[in-house]
Amino acid sequence: MEQRANGTIVRIRGLGKSFGRHRVFDSLDLDIVRGETLVVIGRSGCGKSVLLKHITGLLKPDAGEITFEGEDITRFTRKKLYQMRLHFGMLFQSSALFDSMTVGENVALPLRKHSEMSDGEIAKVVSEKLELVGLTGVQNQYPAEMSGGMKKRIGLARAVAMNPQMVLYDEPTTGLDPIMADVINELIRTLQRELAVTSVVVTHDIKSAYHVGDRIAMLHEGKIIYSGTPEEVRRTDDPVLRQFIEGKAQGPIKPI
Amino acid sequence: MAPFVILGRFFLEFIQDTGGVFLLMGRTFQTLPRTFANARSTLQQMDRIGIGSIPLVLVTSIFVGAVTSVQAAYQFHGYVPLQYLGTVVGKSVTLELGPVLTALVVGGRVSASIAAELGTMKVTEQIDAMEMIAIDPVEYLVLPRVLASTIMLPVLTILSDLLAILGGMVVANISLHVSFNTFESGLKLLFHTQDLVGGLMKTFVFGFIIALMGCYHGFETRGGAEGVGIATMKAVVSSCLLILVSNYLLASIIFRIIFAPSS
Repeated sequence: MEQRANGTIVRIRGLGKSFGRHRVFDSLDLDIVRGETLVVIGRSGCGKSVLLKHITGLLKPDAGEITFEGEDITRFTRKKLYQMRLHFGMLFQSSALFDSMTVGENVALPLRKHSEMSDGEIAKVVSEKLELVGLTGVQNQYPAEMSGGMKKRIGLARAVAMNPQMVLYDEPTTGLDPIMADVINELIRTLQRELAVTSVVVTHDIKSAYHVGDRIAMLHEGKIIYSGTPEEVRRTDDPVLRQFIEGKAQGPIKPI
Repeated sequence: MAPFVILGRFFLEFIQDTGGVFLLMGRTFQTLPRTFANARSTLQQMDRIGIGSIPLVLVTSIFVGAVTSVQAAYQFHGYVPLQYLGTVVGKSVTLELGPVLTALVVGGRVSASIAAELGTMKVTEQIDAMEMIAIDPVEYLVLPRVLASTIMLPVLTILSDLLAILGGMVVANISLHVSFNTFESGLKLLFHTQDLVGGLMKTFVFGFIIALMGCYHGFETRGGAEGVGIATMKAVVSSCLLILVSNYLLASIIFRIIFAPSS
């Protein structure tokens, strides 16, 4: 038990959050272990993205505690939150590239703001990171000229520009064709191998979850109702999880 | 019940917005020491907000001056000699029309554009992305816009004052047959520097309000395209209303306390 606690990078206890009358989390507990790729699955609108925003301190919980490396981030000042976020990279659902900047400037922005590197060194890192996601020679183009899959890859290059300890993926394959979705899944695996990062992927794409996850957790009605390896998930007889992975309308989960 | 619910909701929203605006204002003041680090984007915004508004200010001011001249002459008819036309045009333009009309037209243009830009960034998660790479959106987006607008509105008002007086003068000459010399002597007759200064003092506050409202409603944008539309509308309405209300308060402070008549 003690050893497991040492391996925990993020620990969430009793997390509660409501938006108006809509309760998103109800005393949610979750541990993220160093070096693993944790996939959080759940229906659209069940609060998966909101969970990522709590882990990064973009949203504050109504109740409960979230610790990163043993420190409670819900009590962090803005300055401390910014320091913590230097260890995080995040790939947003919509890629969230700055459309007024070129691709190169997008990837370079964190380095320009937070490192002492010269322009030449920054350009080198930018092309390295773009190469890592399989893109070359796109530095001077604007995000508007890119396809959805390319935007995701650029977003990923920007997320790992500062060599973060932890990368968070918000619906990385949503809206992509199956081939591009597989390219992104492969990339998540590659980044995990090459950069040895801890990853959290939230998705409702069960195929992607099996492909990238070391562990899969299911978020349902404000709680984590199941957590296990992809193999355990495949064999589970939990009725809620079964209904979700088999994608059936009939079952304990009622269509809204 | 329904009217009370609507009234209550409106009241709560008003309190929430007021609190939010003051919080953003406080956060903006906190980032002031970072002004020089953001000098480049402040200059870019000064160009967009200030130089970009010149054509609008030009047309508005010339016609405002012209109409003031024509309508003042109409009211003078039979009571006041037209040699005082310059006096009235000069006073009304520098004290009220120049500052307030410039603020209203520039406010519409600038607060809408800021709210739409920041609102779109908000709904496409670009603001969150900025937070995630540890860049403070208030320092990076709000500070340059607020500074640029606060600096450029007085500059635009000086231009507006000049153009409006010029417009009034030309119309007086062409259609009312008041010579340039007569108009000019009327202008100088009761001219006090404090009229001009007092009018300009108001515009610093107006410039601040315009950018702050644009930024606040941009950051508060919810949803997609419709949300951006609503935020833009709220930014324009709130900046125009606040300009008109603060104009009264500022006039009371400036002309009844700071420049109070000595007698």
